[in-house]
Amino acid sequence: MNLAMLLEMAGEGGDDRVALGSLTGGLTYAQLLDRARRAAAWFGERPGSNVGLVDVNSPATPVVLFGAAIAGRPFAPLNYRWSDDQLRRAAARLAPAVLVVDRPVVERVAGIDGIEVVERDELWAALDDTEPVDGPADDTDEPAVLLFTSGTSGDPKVAVLRHDNLTSYILGTVEFLGAEPDEATLISVPPYHVAGIAGLLSSVYGGRRIVQLPAFDPVAWVEVAEAESITHAMVVPTMLSRILEVLAEHPDLKLPALRHLSYGGGRMAMPIIEAAVVRLPAVGFVNAYGLTETSSTIAVLGPDDHQEAIASTDPVVRRRLGSVGRPLPGVEVEIRSGEIWVRGEQVSGEYLGVGSVRDEDGWFPTKDGGWIDDAGYLYVEGRLDDVIVRGGENISPGEVEDAILAHPAIADCAVVGVPDDDWGEVVAAVVVPAAGVRPEPIEIQEWVRARLRSSKTPARVEIRDELPYNDNGKLLRRQLRAELRNDS
Amino acid sequence: MQVKAGSRLKSQVCDTQVVAVRAPAADVGVTCGGAPLIALDADADPGAVLDEAQAGGTLLGKRYADEELGLELLCTKAGKGSLAVDGRPLGLKQAKALPASD
Repeated sequence: MNLAMLLEMAGEGGDDRVALGSLTGGLTYAQLLDRARRAAAWFGERPGSNVGLVDVNSPATPVVLFGAAIAGRPFAPLNYRWSDDQLRRAAARLAPAVLVVDRPVVERVAGIDGIEVVERDELWAALDDTEPVDGPADDTDEPAVLLFTSGTSGDPKVAVLRHDNLTSYILGTVEFLGAEPDEATLISVPPYHVAGIAGLLSSVYGGRRIVQLPAFDPVAWVEVAEAESITHAMVVPTMLSRILEVLAEHPDLKLPALRHLSYGGGRMAMPIIEAAVVRLPAVGFVNAYGLTETSSTIAVLGPDDHQEAIASTDPVVRRRLGSVGRPLPGVEVEIRSGEIWVRGEQVSGEYLGVGSVRDEDGWFPTKDGGWIDDAGYLYVEGRLDDVIVRGGENISPGEVEDAILAHPAIADCAVVGVPDDDWGEVVAAVVVPAAGVRPEPIEIQEWVRARLRSSKTPARVEIRDELPYNDNGKLLRRQLRAELRNDS
Repeated sequence: MQVKAGSRLKSQVCDTQVVAVRAPAADVGVTCGGAPLIALDADADPGAVLDEAQAGGTLLGKRYADEELGLELLCTKAGKGSLAVDGRPLGLKQAKALPASD
């Protein structure tokens, strides 16, 4: 089923509620559908097989996404933060294509073979004079969205999400126009992140008003959340910790409308989520686990799970706060040799130029380590490449990081394995002190030894001013590991 | 007729439109209000009339399925007729409410 059907249903069968933007001046679903059909006509008049986007979040993002779907062209959002060289190489892989870009990007992508560049505001204006097409028509499950995965070495892989992958995810998790009339979601993850795409699709189908931040900024996030009476939002872990910092500086800010905050896209440290629950007691928290290749979320830890875990004295229930909850109804999860494998209609596991990497029964290996408890809760231990193997014992960096972060003098930390002649690998920690303090490495080592055990105690503790993150808020462990190896 | 996944179909006797979310390889007789569903761009038989015994109606955004056959239709436009396959009414597929995650 073509993913633009989600918008057609809301646009033709829904009411007059605002789909996109502020309550005054925003676009209704019917208006958004009309724009998307005009965009489809505009794309259809041009040669090319793909529609790329190099832009921050704007009303054009859903118009281009749905317009490309109606036109039968895969939509490929690219990372505007890439270097010129990375951006041009990625764009060239989409040729022949139309590339919709933000004004500052026009020069950066000029003169690439097979790439027609159009500035976003010019496209928006041109749609006023473009006759809308009908559609979407019948769909044969073609690729709908191409997402460049954030590889840190070599050219990134391009994950292919087909129409059926994305629509089965939405149909299986979202009730059509099921949102209350006052609901509004704040999208601040970039359009090239799978959560940005999924957020647009699920909000449109669920009838939840979409408010966008061009790009994430914690102060702007809090201001817009208050001004727009935002009820729902999705953030990645680093966003949440920065939002909490802003809230800590402004104890008067209450965000009274906010009632639902989901987090995902990386591992959330337990102390941060515990602090968030205390600071925002009226908010239901949702931990979502998913990958680009699985069309976003495959497991959720819901608000009730959070409350139950926090209120419990049973350690088995309490530790669920560190889990990603249970798989979605349409998704099967299996652990094979410590690795999480998934299967379901939403699971693509397909890459451009490579094809599907699913096994013959449809299972996709996530390359994440994990385990499932007796009640079916899934625990993700991070990328298998990141697991530290010390003398045959597997140590999850996250567990050690949680222990270190609980120390009052520590603001941030990362734990990686470094080579060791005796043990193969040992634990090394890089810590960022809280403002105004300077803890001694031995203090951190004793702290961890008292909480975990000696094998998990960092053999090395390095103090730094900051840790390296990519712009999706993912810690660059490989880079950190390489730096530590070179130092030793 | 053979229903293909992804194809859009309409009723000949009411406003109902559906999209096939899942479809079996074999031919099936899918009807709405007693008359066969047809392609969205096809012309309805002017003589077709709504069977009052199959006029329970379809609801926008609901999925109708026959798990045994592997047939699932999503209603994209509501109408007066009821959906059936090979003479059996198609059941409403209940979706489990999940907390929003993105």
